[in-house]
Parts: sequence; C-alpha cells; structure tokens
Amino acid sequence: MFAYYLDLALRSLRRNKALTALMVLAIALGIGASMTTLTVLHVLSGDPLPGRSAQLYYPQLDPRDMGDYQPHDEPPDQVTWIDGMNLLQAKRADHQALMTGGSVAIQPTQSGLDPFFQTARYTTADFFPMFGVPFRYGHAWGAAEDAASAGVVVISSKLNDKLFGGRDSTGRMLRLEGHALRIIGVLGDWRPNPHFYDLNVKNYGENEGVYLPLSTSQDLHLAHLGGADCWGNGGDDATHTAPCVWLQFWVQLDTPPQAAAYRQFLIHYSQEQKSLGRFLRPPNVRLRNLTQWLNYKHVVPGDVRLQTWLALGFLLVCLVNTVGLMLAKFMRRAGELGVRRALGASRRALFTQLLVESGVIGLAGGLGGLLLAYLGLWLVRRQPTDYALLAHLDGAMLLMTLVLAVGASLLAGVLPAWRACQIAPGLQLKSN
Amino acid sequence: MDILPILSTLRRHKVTAWLLILEIALTCAIVCNAVFLIHQRLQRMDIPSGIAEHDLLQIKFGYIGNRPDAYAQAQTDLTTLRQIAGVQAVALVNQLPLSGYSMSNSGIKLRPQQQQNSLEVASYYGQNLLATLGVRLIAGRDFQPEELVDLKTALPALHSDDLKNLPHTVIIDEEVAARLWPGQNALGKTIYFGNDIPMQVVGVSSPLARPTMLQMGAQNSIVFPIRLTAAEGGSYVIRTTPQDRQQVLKSAVAALKRMDPNRIVLEQRTYDELRHRYFQNDRAMAGILVGVIVALLIVTALGIVGLASFWVAQRRRMIGVRRALGATRGDILRYFQTENFLLATIGIALGMLLAYGINLFLMLHYELPRLPAVYFPIGAVLLWVIGQLAVLGPALRAAAVPPVVATRSV
Repeated sequence: MFAYYLDLALRSLRRNKALTALMVLAIALGIGASMTTLTVLHVLSGDPLPGRSAQLYYPQLDPRDMGDYQPHDEPPDQVTWIDGMNLLQAKRADHQALMTGGSVAIQPTQSGLDPFFQTARYTTADFFPMFGVPFRYGHAWGAAEDAASAGVVVISSKLNDKLFGGRDSTGRMLRLEGHALRIIGVLGDWRPNPHFYDLNVKNYGENEGVYLPLSTSQDLHLAHLGGADCWGNGGDDATHTAPCVWLQFWVQLDTPPQAAAYRQFLIHYSQEQKSLGRFLRPPNVRLRNLTQWLNYKHVVPGDVRLQTWLALGFLLVCLVNTVGLMLAKFMRRAGELGVRRALGASRRALFTQLLVESGVIGLAGGLGGLLLAYLGLWLVRRQPTDYALLAHLDGAMLLMTLVLAVGASLLAGVLPAWRACQIAPGLQLKSN
Repeated sequence: MDILPILSTLRRHKVTAWLLILEIALTCAIVCNAVFLIHQRLQRMDIPSGIAEHDLLQIKFGYIGNRPDAYAQAQTDLTTLRQIAGVQAVALVNQLPLSGYSMSNSGIKLRPQQQQNSLEVASYYGQNLLATLGVRLIAGRDFQPEELVDLKTALPALHSDDLKNLPHTVIIDEEVAARLWPGQNALGKTIYFGNDIPMQVVGVSSPLARPTMLQMGAQNSIVFPIRLTAAEGGSYVIRTTPQDRQQVLKSAVAALKRMDPNRIVLEQRTYDELRHRYFQNDRAMAGILVGVIVALLIVTALGIVGLASFWVAQRRRMIGVRRALGATRGDILRYFQTENFLLATIGIALGMLLAYGINLFLMLHYELPRLPAVYFPIGAVLLWVIGQLAVLGPALRAAAVPPVVATRSV
C-alpha cells in the first residue's frame, strides 16, 4: 500500500512541477538555515571532556578588599598565587591542578626556522591525569618535577610535527626564551572545546603548544598571558604578592558528598584567612562543576544564539508557506479525491496518501537543506571567528537534519490533508 | 473598488487566507527586528575612535628572554623611526583604541576612602601619545618631559604605596570630565586611584575610545605620564600620510629589525586594518541579517505567487462570468490587487504586534534597546510592495481570462 501511495505522490508532484519545486525550495531553505546555526550551536555548547566533566569543579574564593563591595557579588573568576598554593597544598581533592597561561618564544635549532611565539600552559602535574590528556610519546611530569622546578616540557603533537617532523622527540632539548628544556612527552590528539580550563585566553580554538611546570615558569620568569584582575594598588601584573587573581585552580571530586565537603572546606578556608586578616570580605565561595562554569561564563557567543533564533523563525515562515501551498495543491485535487472516496477509499486511506506525499516533499527538502547546510557551514568556516574551524556536521546532526525536514513537512501536511479529507465525495462528483 | 465582495470571497477560503496573513505577519515581525539589529550593528561600527585613523601604523614586537637594556633600546628605536622619510611623528604606547585587547583599566574615585568607584576608564600611557595619535587638547597642557615616570619604576611603587615614584598628573578626555564634573571646569581637580593615590587633572583632551568593552562608555579614557618599552608590551605607533603608509611600514619594520634582529614581529599593520578587524563580527552579523531578510522576502513572495495562482485557477469561472457581465480587465486586475492589499494589511497589523513581542524577548536576553517606532513603517512598506509585486503575475493572468469561459461547462 505504501508503495502505491508513493507512486501516487510522485505522479502528483510531477504534475505540477513549479509548485512542487516551490515547496521543496522553501523547506530546503528553512532546514538549511536552521541546521547551519544549530550545528554551530551544537558544536559550541558541546561537552569538552565527555565522561569527566561531571567530576571536575572550579573553586572560586573572594580575596578582594572592601572597595566596591556589594553583598551579593560573584567572587573573582581566578585565584591569587597565595590562595592557589594554599589550596593546592591542602590536597583535599582527588586531583588538583593550579595553572595559568603564557606565551613563550621558541628558538628552533634547525636552520631555516625563525624563532616564533607559542602559547604555553604553566601547570602543576595533575593537569594531565585529571583532564585525561592522551600522550603520543613519553609521559607527563610528576610531583617531584613540580617540587624541583625541573627543566622539563611537554609539547603538542602539532608543535612536534613542526619542529621534529612528527618523530619521537622525547629526550631532546627545546630552546625556549633562551633556556634549554628537556622534552619528556608529546601529546596525542587532544582538542577540548570550549577551552574550558582557561577562558581568559580564548573560548575556542587550538590548544597550547607547550606545557611546563608552574614552578619552572616562575623560576624562569616566563611571560604570563591572560587576564589579571587586581584591586587596591594591584597594577596589571601577575606576581606572587600582588593583590591580583591570575591563576586557574581545578579539582576533581568523584562524588556529590565529596563536593559538598570541599565546599565546606572552602568556606572554612575563607573564615580562617579572614581571621588572619588576609581576607576582608565575609566568606564568598562558589564550587561550580565544568558545565555550570561554562554556563556561568556564557561561553557560547550571544550572536550564535541570536542566529539560531533567527533561523528557527525563518524555518517557521517556510513551514507556514508550505502549509499554504500544500493546502492549495490538495484542495485543487478535490475532484480526484472525491472519485477515490466514491470508489470506496476510507478517509484514513486518503489522509495517509496525502501525508506520504508531504513526506516525500520533506525528504526532498531535507536533502536540499543538507546541501545548503554544507554550504552554510563552509561559509561559517570562512568567518574570522575563533570557533570557525569547529563548524562541521557530524553524524547525529546529519540524521537530525533529515528527521527535522521530514517531521516538519509531515506536520505541515497534517492540516491540508485533514481539510482535503473533509470533502464530501458526492458534491465533488456532481460539480464536475 | 468595493471591498465587500472580496471579503465575502475570502470568507469562503478562510484557512488559506489566514495562512497567508500569518506568513506575512511573521515575515513582517522578523524583518522589522532584523532591520533594527542591522542598524544597531552599523551604528556600533561607526563609533569614532578619536584618533587620526587613516594616518597611523602599528608595529608590535615579541622579545626573547629578559631585556635589561629595553629603555635605552626604546629611545634609539624611536630616534631611528623619526628619521625615516615620510614619518611625521612616532609614539610608544601601551594600547590603541578599538584594538580588542585591553591591557589596562582603572577605577576612578572622586574622594579618598570612597567605597565605590565613580567611573571605570581605559588607561593609556606611553611616550608622545597625544600628539602622534592626533588627539587634541581642549584645555590645559600636555605632559612635560620631566613628569614622565618609567613603567618599571611605577609598578613597584604602586605596590608599595610609594607616592614619590608614581605619576602625579593625568589627562582625562572630554567625556570623562563631563561624567565626573558635569558643567564644571575639570582642570586642577584631583582624582584618586587604587588605595587613594591622588592625581591632578592637568589637561582635558578630545574624546578617545576604549580598546574594548565599549558598553562601559565608548569614549571614557585617561592618559598617564608613564613611559614603557616594546619589551613591556608597548606598540610603536607611526604617523604618516595615507598614501605613504605601506612604504613607511615596510621601511620602519626593516629599520627596527636591523637595529635588533633578535625580536619577532607580532603585528605590522595600518590602523585601518586594526579597526576593520575589531568590527569583523558585527560586519558578518549584519551580512547574515541582510541575507535572512532577503531570503524571507523571497520565500514570502513565492508563497503569495503560489496561493494567488491557485485562487486564480479556482476562480476562472467566476472571473469569466464577471467579464461576461461587463467587468473590464482592469476591474479583475484591481480585484486581485485589492485582495492582496487587504490580506497584507491585516498581516502587517498582526506583524507589528509580533515584532513588538520579539523585541521584548530580545531586550530580555540580549541587552537590546526598545524597537523605535520608525522601524514599523519600514516593515509595512516592504511587505506591501513585495505583496503587490508577487500578486501582479497571477492577477494579470486572471485579467487575461476571456469572458467566453463563463459559457463553458468545465
């Protein structure tokens, strides 16, 4: 029966090519625009570390003075050197890492390569096991290297490709800001997006090329990159004693009771610091997990959300348009439908037949929309934004495109099909 | 033209008529808001930076390792740059308006011990800044050479509350003066920074835009008498003439690299390029919005063509009868045009309400201002015109129906 309806649908669609093309085009345009923006939204609001993000937390403290104090202020987005070190050494979590961003000049020893700048991450050792960072060669450093400010470095596979042609470079030396550091590891393919652990540098895009112990970066006076928020007489500099927050501190807490205990610890720590006179404000702590942190920081650009709303509005107009055109088309065939009714087809059968027809339109529109979405994403990738290169259609979104297209056109077909089935067969036969 | 017969015909096609009205209403609502959004973006992109944009070049370096000789190097660099043909002035500054990356902001207080800052401003500093950027002094004076403090001295002094080694004077721009002391003379007044560090206003400049965060007041900037070096993140800014820019940029970079080959060029560009880059997202968004408006209008127009054609085909008998009874072609044409005008008008009226609703939603989520009433007529006229153009083809076909159709049975 379905095959017969399909045949009828194709015949009917072929009979009025202009109208069919119009409907398919309207659905394709609406679906193409919606899928382009939904894909961008989907990619940008993705989980950077699937399977781990629920256990990662970002503690926030409020070490500021009473200037500009307001009772319900959010605490700063980063921590000071002193608080970071205190929390790190307290070791109250399963894993904890203190880190900040940097920018270092790399001086390749190979001839033909000019010195160049590379973004760097200065961090303590837990960064790698806590975030599940994969290694292609070698391994991460440990607590001993952190304590000794060892001259070791881990590089990204991209930097390894550039400097060593992708070969195992562990054990070789990397010249950096006039210092020689020993390469102990090369990262595998690791590109968490958004760049959740430090949103001060950027929200999306490539990861750092160079990773080295925080203690080493301080000993070598390597340049800090990213925001430093200061109060009182803090300038803009990231130093150990300045009243400035410039470091990120992440912890891994495996169970909700552990997280609750850690929050208590943060409050207790704030009270202790207040009684010591270091903190002036009442305890003001937050313990957001990774997802809450990304939401709090509004990491998905407002423009992308706006574009999604715009595209959905456009899809709605296209659908209303399709409903109108289908209604016109079905009502025009009142005679044919009347004959079928008179010959014994039930209303239900007619309804199914008409829905099959709208489904065919939807499928054609969906395929057209898919092409338009590929075109749209190609245009997005040419935009100069930092997320541009991430905009790709994955399997789930591809399936969703077709489901959305067929679903939307079936929905658009319900009213016209129902109206067409209400026709009294006798009346139609008489008038002809 | 009598509209009553039109209304009674439409009443028999209620569903189709309402669908068309709904489509027009949705399109009108989205178009009104989209045009408003485009205007907002264009307005943003029009913000004056307050500097001689077309005359300026920026060169920024990255350095390898620590530079103890940075201050001496900065002076020789500046001297070298001044000697290049076509160079009118040279500065070494911490940041530039609309560069998108803010190196320095300050909170201003009007009294010591004040709890809240009176104003958050962008703080500029560097050598020879106002003259090179082309920022005019409206009142007071520019800094004297002996007033300038080195950044490497000022930063430690700031942390240790050492007032002697900090600057004592500041130049504020007109907008800051107007916000802090409306209607008064700002010269000679004292403002306080950080832990009540006093500084006296010695000059008021023409408005100077911030590097970023324009929503905090686009032209709220002040200038400190502080010297910095390229190794501390400063940029060389060269003033020349628009036609000499490329030539001067090339020779300046070459001369600086010759002075010290051991540095990496991070930026070498005209100020126009910098500004273009700052607004690239707004430009892209405006482009997308224009695309959506065009696509919406096309889809709506095609929808009107489709439905009107259907109606014309359905009413062939009726048209034929009317023609046979003496209606002219013009009457038939006007009939369909009036019908479309009626539907468009109802749609536009609904669209206005919907546009207002969408605007309320956007105000809630995207910090947009209220939709000004001037945008409503724009949407209305657009849809009337589109409706009339779309219906013209089917209406002409209707007018071409010969009266003899009335006598045929099918």
